[in-house]
Amino acid sequence: MRNMIAALAGALFGTGLYLSGMTDTQKVQGFLDFFGSWDPTLAFVMGGAILPMAVAWAMTRTRRPVTGGDFPARPDARLDRKLIIGAVLFGAGWGLVGLCPGPALASLGFGGLGGIIFLIAMLAGMMIAPKARRILDTPRTAG
Amino acid sequence: MIEADWIWGLIGGLLIGCGGAVYLLGNGRIMGASGIVGGLVDGSGRSTWVERISFLAALILIPAAIAALAPTPATTHLTENLWLVGVAGLLVGLGTRIGNGCTSGHGVCGISRLSPRGIVATLVYIAAGALMVVVLRSFVGGI
Repeated sequence: MRNMIAALAGALFGTGLYLSGMTDTQKVQGFLDFFGSWDPTLAFVMGGAILPMAVAWAMTRTRRPVTGGDFPARPDARLDRKLIIGAVLFGAGWGLVGLCPGPALASLGFGGLGGIIFLIAMLAGMMIAPKARRILDTPRTAG
Repeated sequence: MIEADWIWGLIGGLLIGCGGAVYLLGNGRIMGASGIVGGLVDGSGRSTWVERISFLAALILIPAAIAALAPTPATTHLTENLWLVGVAGLLVGLGTRIGNGCTSGHGVCGISRLSPRGIVATLVYIAAGALMVVVLRSFVGGI
């Protein structure tokens, strides 16, 4: 049951990414190009995706997950160095070629060699990330 | 932006949000592409690997099938500079796992529950991405 639900979610996610044009790196870089010919499509995709998600979050208040267990804990309000450094690195890579993890996976079937290289490099980055997190966790001594 | 692009963006966005809602209400989990892949790569999601693979298989195969059946060939317009692609992939993999989320996790799922971390991360990675596009435009001569 959990696997069926996960597959359904993946199918909806992939179809949505494809139809919205987010597997096209030109549209993503076009959105990030605020000082050039700005393409607002990504804002519509975000807005459209946030609507059903907001309804779902509201529904979590009065029920439990269909397959049992608990919903994720309340979001942590604390901002830390890892969140900011991670977001900066991710944003830099995202802007560089216009791919983020979801569309990179969704376009794997038609993205050619470049798509495969991006995925392998992304997996390598994810593999070394725990080490980077540990370094960022160590408190820095003054001076 | 072509006129119909925002409509497709909105439709695709709604589907992405529905995927996230299904995953949340069904399995009690946040649909973040980098978290689902990353947990497989660094071993932190070993106990839920079947569910993760089910999600990823659908996310890769469904858009591939749509692209194969579509009347016009799908293209990602990814740069042909494979060094750039590799560096970007590494940054995206590293950044999303250090910062604990990407466009789907922090963006769609975080903003929709008004998570301060999700909102801050999203603003930071969009700013970093926009800056990178400016750099590409100014120094490399185009994106």
